[in-house]
Amino acid sequence: MPRDGDIKKVLIIGSGPIQIGQAAEFDYSGSQACKSLMEEGIETVLVNSNPATIQTDIDMADRVYVEPLTPEIVTKIIEKEKPDAILPTMGGQTGLNVATELEKIGALEGVKVIGSSVETIRNVEDRDLFSSFMDRLNEPIPKNRAVTTLEEALEAVEVIGYPVIVRPAFTLGGTGGGVAHNEEELREVATRGLEMSYINQVLIDESVMGWKEFEYEVMRDKNDTCIIVCNMENLDPMGIHTGESIVVAPSQTLSDIDNQRLRNASIKIIRALQIQGGCNIQFAVHPETGEYKVIEVNPRVSRSSALASKATGYPIAKISAKIAVGMTLDEIRNDITKETPASFEPSLDYVVAKIPRWPFDKFKGINKEIGVQMKSTGEVMSIGRTLEESLHKAIRSLDIGRYGFDEMEYTIKDLVEPTDNRLFQVYTALKSGASTEEIQEITKIDPFFLYKILNIVDFEKEIVENKENILTTPLLRKAKRMGFSDRKLSELTGVPEEDIRKTRIDTGVTPTYKMVDTCAAEFEAKTPYYYGTYEEEDEIPVSHNQKVIIIGAGPIRIGQGIEFDYCCVHAAMALKEEGVETIIINNNPETVSTDYDISSKLYFEPLTLEDVMGIVNKENPDGVVVQFGGQTSINLAVPLANEGVTILGTPHESIDQVEDRERFTRVLNRLEIPQADYGIAHSFEDARKVAERIGFPVLVRPSYVLGGRAMEIVYDDLELKEYMKEAVRISPEHPILVDKFLEDAIEIDVDALCDGEDVFIGGIMEHIEEAGVHSGDSACVIPPQSIHPDVIEKIKEYTAKLALELNVIGLMNIQYAVKTDDDDKLYILEANPRASRTVPFVSKAVGIPLAKIAAQLMVGYKLRDFGLGDDVEIDHVAVKESIFPFIKLPGSDSVLGPEMKSTGESMGIDESFGVSYYKAQLSAGMRLPCKGKLFISVRDQDKGKILDIVKKAEELGFELVGTDGTAEAVEDDVKISVINKVSQKSPNIKDAILNGEIKLIINTPSGKQSADDNYLIRRMAVELGIPYVTTLAGARAALNAVRTIEKGKIGVKSLNEYHHNLE
Amino acid sequence: MPEEAKLALEDGTIYKGEGFGFKTIKPGEVVFATGMTGYVESLTDPSYKGQILMSTYPLQGNYGISREWFQSEGIKAEGFIVREHNTHPSHGKSEESLTEFLKEFKIPGISGIDTRSLTLKIRKHGTMKGVLATEEIEDQELITMAKEQPEIGEVDLVDQVCVKEPKVYGEEYKHRATILDCGIKNNSIKALLKREVGVLVLPYKTDVKDILDYSPEALLVSSGPGDPTRVKKAAENVRDLAEKMPIFGICLGQQIIGLAFGAKIYKMKFGHRGINQPVKDLTTGKVCITSQNHGFTVDPKSLEDTPLKMNQLNLNDGTPEGLEHEELSISSVQYHPEAGPGPHDTDYYFDNFVESLKNY
Repeated sequence: MPRDGDIKKVLIIGSGPIQIGQAAEFDYSGSQACKSLMEEGIETVLVNSNPATIQTDIDMADRVYVEPLTPEIVTKIIEKEKPDAILPTMGGQTGLNVATELEKIGALEGVKVIGSSVETIRNVEDRDLFSSFMDRLNEPIPKNRAVTTLEEALEAVEVIGYPVIVRPAFTLGGTGGGVAHNEEELREVATRGLEMSYINQVLIDESVMGWKEFEYEVMRDKNDTCIIVCNMENLDPMGIHTGESIVVAPSQTLSDIDNQRLRNASIKIIRALQIQGGCNIQFAVHPETGEYKVIEVNPRVSRSSALASKATGYPIAKISAKIAVGMTLDEIRNDITKETPASFEPSLDYVVAKIPRWPFDKFKGINKEIGVQMKSTGEVMSIGRTLEESLHKAIRSLDIGRYGFDEMEYTIKDLVEPTDNRLFQVYTALKSGASTEEIQEITKIDPFFLYKILNIVDFEKEIVENKENILTTPLLRKAKRMGFSDRKLSELTGVPEEDIRKTRIDTGVTPTYKMVDTCAAEFEAKTPYYYGTYEEEDEIPVSHNQKVIIIGAGPIRIGQGIEFDYCCVHAAMALKEEGVETIIINNNPETVSTDYDISSKLYFEPLTLEDVMGIVNKENPDGVVVQFGGQTSINLAVPLANEGVTILGTPHESIDQVEDRERFTRVLNRLEIPQADYGIAHSFEDARKVAERIGFPVLVRPSYVLGGRAMEIVYDDLELKEYMKEAVRISPEHPILVDKFLEDAIEIDVDALCDGEDVFIGGIMEHIEEAGVHSGDSACVIPPQSIHPDVIEKIKEYTAKLALELNVIGLMNIQYAVKTDDDDKLYILEANPRASRTVPFVSKAVGIPLAKIAAQLMVGYKLRDFGLGDDVEIDHVAVKESIFPFIKLPGSDSVLGPEMKSTGESMGIDESFGVSYYKAQLSAGMRLPCKGKLFISVRDQDKGKILDIVKKAEELGFELVGTDGTAEAVEDDVKISVINKVSQKSPNIKDAILNGEIKLIINTPSGKQSADDNYLIRRMAVELGIPYVTTLAGARAALNAVRTIEKGKIGVKSLNEYHHNLE
Repeated sequence: MPEEAKLALEDGTIYKGEGFGFKTIKPGEVVFATGMTGYVESLTDPSYKGQILMSTYPLQGNYGISREWFQSEGIKAEGFIVREHNTHPSHGKSEESLTEFLKEFKIPGISGIDTRSLTLKIRKHGTMKGVLATEEIEDQELITMAKEQPEIGEVDLVDQVCVKEPKVYGEEYKHRATILDCGIKNNSIKALLKREVGVLVLPYKTDVKDILDYSPEALLVSSGPGDPTRVKKAAENVRDLAEKMPIFGICLGQQIIGLAFGAKIYKMKFGHRGINQPVKDLTTGKVCITSQNHGFTVDPKSLEDTPLKMNQLNLNDGTPEGLEHEELSISSVQYHPEAGPGPHDTDYYFDNFVESLKNY
């Protein structure tokens, strides 16, 4: 073994919960790293607080710790496990931070840091060190200075030169910055910035706005062998975060000389940093002169490296892990060709396009501009033989109801300050006759890309002018080769989509499938990674094995996160183990499911009916699984069934049975399962009548929803009217549902398995936050802590009845509400005959792989085959907490409601509820304090309910502070001091928060979101990182956790130890 | 409307696409190159003489054409096969589009064809003779032309691209390298000038006596097109000069040096054409990514009875990438250290050459 013989045991640091800027890509790279090291016979220990990852599966490492990624906790793991080395470069920024902090507290004595050293991390992370490091290498970076006065700012610009970007060092929401092109502008922007910065400091950066942006993915081994895995070009210019940019691979507008220049710089940098593994380097290139600047260096795997891995087929993380333990590139095989070594540079014979997916539909009234701050939650990737085709495929993959380029209203401002709609607005501008020069001038997008969009505009014109010929082969073929969907062609010509599809298939205008092989066909490839295009030759052989297609979940978004990818991966692995040929179709480059060694075949394609049917027609599978890919795949169930495709597992009719509220009600009535009163409204008048009948408050929403989109609780007529005006277009075809809102109820989530005969309850989760908070946003606990055993029995009974009635084969999720103030009456809220987002959490809490078993049930196994009869008793407690993107979305309110807002989750697992909850909070970034000032301010209807909370807080030794109304409500029972509201005179709560006096904030929202005092307090808590709670139930749980923590130390324990009985 | 173009192969296949560039009919050996940048450098590389070049990367011409990137005075390839050619190039240095460039040098181009399927065909069957027609012609006639043209090993391609008269660059420099020209690339000349070494380019056929008249300090046998056994005179020159000065060779130059010392040459199935080839230096253990363009290679087995030993190895297929003489100051590389297109990892080869030259 050529690897470093001293390294026998490695601790791998995960990246924690999914958040904006740090998403599923680290599950992909982390999982690859674990597998890669195990392959080399190295003992692996993993720590990651995110349960919804393949990486934290019990068999992914020798020991898996689902524990908070704080230095103290990781130190405990190091003390317990005594690894020879830690590998921080697979866990994103979190991994690097943990390593740096561990070193700071001296916890790395005798432990090697592999991949990138702490020194390397500092050299690229610290602004000043980075700057002097690059100076020494003679590599140019944009000049910058930090200044504290206007005079200093003026001096700085004398060195830097105009234009400059001025950024206040510390402000609420990162506001107050701007660009200055001359002294006058600088005086204005810098003065304002200095005022807005809490530390009176602004950063002055040399502007490279509007330059072109490129990224290089570099690898280096201990022998100094360096390769470029991939280079990528951003369609969007500098000024837009690369995570927010449309990106294509390989670079398109670099000449060979330009390319080699950046390649040389990349190699020089990675060598100087002595990185052993992968590294991402970002460059800005002047569009005319070709001059370049190094913008950023990431000494680790990244979102871009995940994209590069999927774009090329070269598994960067896997190889990086092997290099980190001392192997060299030339002795590692290229997995794809099996014959050639990993020390080569992939060559592409296709064009890759990536488009981000933004969460703006979830947040009312926030700024949708895209810029230097990342706001997108996920991304899609597409592969085509032309850029036009790739862009078209990427748009379809976004799952935003678009099937091509759509016209969209725009103003010049929209083009100058782009939003998520920019691609469509640029298209519209070109379509309405703007020249590429004009658009380039405004947007700084390279004409290369504008001409590609113009090609689409021009060809659409050709189609519209030749409508009658759309069914002729030459035109149809040309359209398909440019990536047009049947649906878009139908929109353009008025010819029904079905006719286009039929003619296409009849005349042989069908997709051909090609291989992603890292080498542009130079060598024979063995790896089954494919994409569709319209070419002459289809090179992908089809087997006659028993085979199943698994439909993936597409891009990560709020409401449909990594959990569904996790389920798809489990399904694929389970069926592969059964000897079934598994085919995954998906378009998300960040995830494990699109790793080519998960399924027997991977098709990287959009998930529209047309694209999926292309593969179905080619592969002719025994069935298609739609249960695991969230709403994206479920939505395909009926259309696929209509095409005659066999849907495996739960019959597709059952899906409609629960999604159609009236049909669902009939099922519930038959089974005598109670639900809240409701009505369906086709007009405002209807809705008002329903509300009157069932009584306010009511929960209103469109009849078909994903992730609680446009769902709201309204308390009176006025709010109802507001809702109908703002949120939904109501019409006879699109009715809204009006449900009685069950106030003060405890919500319950159940994940169950059913084989058609028996039902197995995987887990019953009690929500911490009360009903009304979206189940995806609420914290929850297994086993339930406050539900009466009789109610638990009833939950099991209802679940079994419903699963059997709906003929569920596989997974089912049901949500219930328990009215604790009404004799523990149990209501059903919602049922989904598919994998839910809690499946990974439940699986890890109870130690049973629910998704795997579900897949096996679909191919004929029974629950009894797995010995699953009675539900499992666990003697530990697992808590799931949600992670929110408020800090990344300026203007967003941190109040929780029926609309889902969280991007990810953490899990805390321990002996008691208190410690588990504390750990889950810690992983979610809330370090609950044990003493200090606790500020409480609640809405009127909560004022009578907080006595136990304030008493507990006082007992724990917190110093209580409240606004006058809240304080008044409890001042007879506890000692509480009154503080001025934000709108009242100073010193007020705002000052107290800013001075760091407040350690914990309890604030429940009053009525609708507004720019009131409460909003500002919550926003400050978010930005200053002060622990805050916005529900009373949350407050109780938090104080309970504080009490437990005060009593004893926090220990660490691996999942393997919790579930030792399963091994 | 774009005009139809056709590519016929010796096996009787016809690929139909859209013509661009010059309207003509050109035969040649169809080869594929996998570099994703560098079409200008490749098309102007004399080593592509006699060959119709196909890029596996589908989008070509994106960044236009600049004379700065030329490797000789014009296009040397016989034709260009692409999936798509760009008509609106975008680059600060671009002077014209790909189609204008091809027209200027009277070279035909074909686009819109399934280049991946053609690559797979070549990978399976080996390089094939073909004819590219951007003019109207019957399919059958084209196929016949494809079949009946001579094999690349039967044509004296070097004579078509090498200098006819001696040529001097960098007269002002104290030291001077002598190039035995078989189709030198501009980048090789630039690499020497950059090191303040002048360059004398001589036709490969120059008599030894005449070469010695220039009092050369060191000899570089250049890269070039075709089969090295067709340039016997070059190998003879190497043999005659072997003990008189350091000799280096690049690409065809390595094959010529091999022949001079008794090694055998064979034609590879489809050669190495790309800028991503991994080469390991067997002395240092270091791996470099190299730029390559060759269809013939020295047979490593035939080195046994020669004074040459292999000191660099292609990690993909084990073919010799570097040779070294056991006693004399003679060495060669099969790849292109001068790059253009491709990585600069092996630029140090010129440092070694210059050092030998100065120490001689």
